[in-house]
Amino acid sequence: MKYLDEFRNGEIAQKQAREIRRLATRPWKIMEVCGGQTHSIIRNGIDQLLPAEIEMVHGPGCPVCVTPLEIIDQALTIASQPGVIFCSFGDMLRVPGSEKDLFRVRGEGGDVRIVYSPLDAVQIARQNPGNEVVFFGVGFETTAPANAMAVHVARHEGLKNFSALISHVLVPPAMAAIMQSPHNLIQAFLAAGHVCSVMGYWQYPPLAERFRVPIVVTGFEPLDILEGIRRAVEQLEKGEARVENAYERIVTRDGNLPAQKLLAQVFEVVDRAWRGIGVIPGSGWRLRSEYRDFDAEQRFRVGDIHTIESPLCHSGEVLQGILKPNQCPAFGKECTPRKPLGATMVSSEGACAAYYNYGRFISPDQLAHA
Amino acid sequence: MPKPPDFSSWSCPLPLRDYPSVVMGHGGGGKLSAELIEHLFLPAFRNHALENLGDASIVSGASRAGDRLAFSTDSFVVRPLFFPGGSIGDLAVNGTVNDLAVSGARAMYLSVGMILEEGFALACLARVVDDMARAARTAGVQIVTGDTKVVEKGHGDGCYVNTAGIGFVPAGVEIGPSRARGGDAVIVSGTIGDHGMAIMSVREGLEFETTIQSDTAALNGLIEQILRAGGDAIHVMRDPTRGGVASSLNEIAAASQVGVVVEEREIPVRGEVRSACELLGMDPVYVANEGKVLVFVAENRAAAVLEAMRQHPLGSDAVIMAKVVDQHPGMVVAHTAMGTSRVIAMQIAEQLPRIC
Amino acid sequence: MCLAVPGRVEAIYEAGEARMGRVNFGGIVKDVCLAYLPEIAIGDYTIVHVGFAISKIDEASAQRTLQLFRDLGVLEQELLEEEFGSKRES
Repeated sequence: MKYLDEFRNGEIAQKQAREIRRLATRPWKIMEVCGGQTHSIIRNGIDQLLPAEIEMVHGPGCPVCVTPLEIIDQALTIASQPGVIFCSFGDMLRVPGSEKDLFRVRGEGGDVRIVYSPLDAVQIARQNPGNEVVFFGVGFETTAPANAMAVHVARHEGLKNFSALISHVLVPPAMAAIMQSPHNLIQAFLAAGHVCSVMGYWQYPPLAERFRVPIVVTGFEPLDILEGIRRAVEQLEKGEARVENAYERIVTRDGNLPAQKLLAQVFEVVDRAWRGIGVIPGSGWRLRSEYRDFDAEQRFRVGDIHTIESPLCHSGEVLQGILKPNQCPAFGKECTPRKPLGATMVSSEGACAAYYNYGRFISPDQLAHA
Repeated sequence: MPKPPDFSSWSCPLPLRDYPSVVMGHGGGGKLSAELIEHLFLPAFRNHALENLGDASIVSGASRAGDRLAFSTDSFVVRPLFFPGGSIGDLAVNGTVNDLAVSGARAMYLSVGMILEEGFALACLARVVDDMARAARTAGVQIVTGDTKVVEKGHGDGCYVNTAGIGFVPAGVEIGPSRARGGDAVIVSGTIGDHGMAIMSVREGLEFETTIQSDTAALNGLIEQILRAGGDAIHVMRDPTRGGVASSLNEIAAASQVGVVVEEREIPVRGEVRSACELLGMDPVYVANEGKVLVFVAENRAAAVLEAMRQHPLGSDAVIMAKVVDQHPGMVVAHTAMGTSRVIAMQIAEQLPRIC
Repeated sequence: MCLAVPGRVEAIYEAGEARMGRVNFGGIVKDVCLAYLPEIAIGDYTIVHVGFAISKIDEASAQRTLQLFRDLGVLEQELLEEEFGSKRES
């Protein structure tokens, strides 16, 4: 596929790895924010190409992982109601709530459907006027424009049976929270390339300056990630702390203005709890009052939901880059992809699942001698 | 909704009473049931044993000394019933034929059990049956006995099919999942992921336009060639259906307590299947196939078997995609295009499309 | 987050509120909402996330990036060869 295959060239990857080895003279900890980047790193074994000095720390960039437990439980409650058609992205179906997940709800008779686009959920609402159709609108800024358009179209058409359960989270406040944490060891960031394609990267220079960290806007293919790492290491070695764009073919400084316009129209900033991390001020979006009619949280009055997180789960520390998945005492024992305790083990780009599935519980030696 | 069947090709030009859909009576054992058998199943499946309409079908053994009986069953619940490249009818016949064939058996006879939902269009049923008949003829097997039940509307999903099959394994043929050995080559007969992505392309909420077709096919002809070329060097054969090649390789690695190393660059995937997987965030190694076989063959006969496979229409794209090693027993590892390694783990449940 | 896949815009049409397009992803064609890229034209490449085109792919920029990758290490290699060459001569 054009614009994918060229950025997966193994020979160039080896060259980039050599260059990074040449540049790195000291240990550096770099965080890639986005779950898609984590997935790509683990799936392509990019960390195996890096010199020992460079440690990639996997950040909280998995909206699936960080969706608050309360909201998962709200989703489960709504989906269990008779007559409701609950539409969701595939990723969310196995995320554990306090007691079960959407798959279980489907098994118990709930009408839970996977959609590719939020507009598919709107179409389902048009085709099923006798049912309440609810769309589970999670994601970072990349997904928000799609979710905003779905609500906007529904309102424009006066669809009475469509609503959305919105749980959007924002990247820059999360990065700031990580950097402010007393446990923080992160020295540079690979910013989430597709989030930046929507929002631009004009929000990052104040962060880079305040916390003295290089921030490199990075893509997702192996060569893009290696380039992001190379630029970060180059800055770190020179003692620089700038914002750089290593994903120029997709990202511009200002981002996508029409998208930002509709986002401002449909959503407003709100404090948001991140599962495993806690409340990060101003880190979420919810529907504005003009769109409140389409807010599933209002329509279904899911009210007081008691959430029970497993005390054994260290997702939060993993998400903040404080713990590596295989350092969690429950990893591979009480907590496996089959019976996950927390969301980082459920989602395929959750750091714990990535570690488990791609074999990080066996030594690189064993893999290398295969 | 598919077109109504072409009754001109049926033995009885006016086969059915004026019921356009299945009713409870069709499973009741009375006149309506008999009509379904006489005007739908018999003309389609056409053979002596079936036409005797006994409670059990008596078939000739056609076995030789030392032959062992192989027996397999599978149920088919695919949605949608009709998809690019085939239908539940094709899967139902080919699936069981393949299960017998990969065990080293010569597939001979099939039974079919159908569970129909009240209200299911008879035209659809006719098409399913027609597909089964055609698949059976192509595979050289006979459907010799069957049963039909009808459940109340809302309690079935249109049509569920079970098939069971018997065949004979010649003396000396010992093929099974625990027989893989270090050094074995792992051959895949052709491109992976076609069936699963053909289904995805017509699934509500995920549809996309494509030329991808299901690869459903009876593999017994190809497997005959494999056994002829490889003999006792053939250690394991498996048709990688649900869960894709990843699941099959993991199961065999576990059963044989060996490691498997996959060369990612060698895995054959059609361009459109690859694109569809990119779009939905899925990995082709976990996507279902319905017309492919994995062959674990001793190193010294691998080239000969590969050549024989490539001569057959269903094996023209065959490649060696992996090898068996003594290290990391039970684990499947892949060498990536980056020159690194990753583990191909056993999937927990069905692979889902993702946005992340 | 953010699985976004590159595709080529093959057709553009209106559907109610939103501007839509048919986008070809390596042979797979899907209907995609183009509302956020009002300037996009047939023949352009775009990345698509959950059925929405969110950015046009800048072909020139992509080529520059690939060239940068190809040039990587070339200067270092030349310097190494120079140095090695001069050591041999002395």
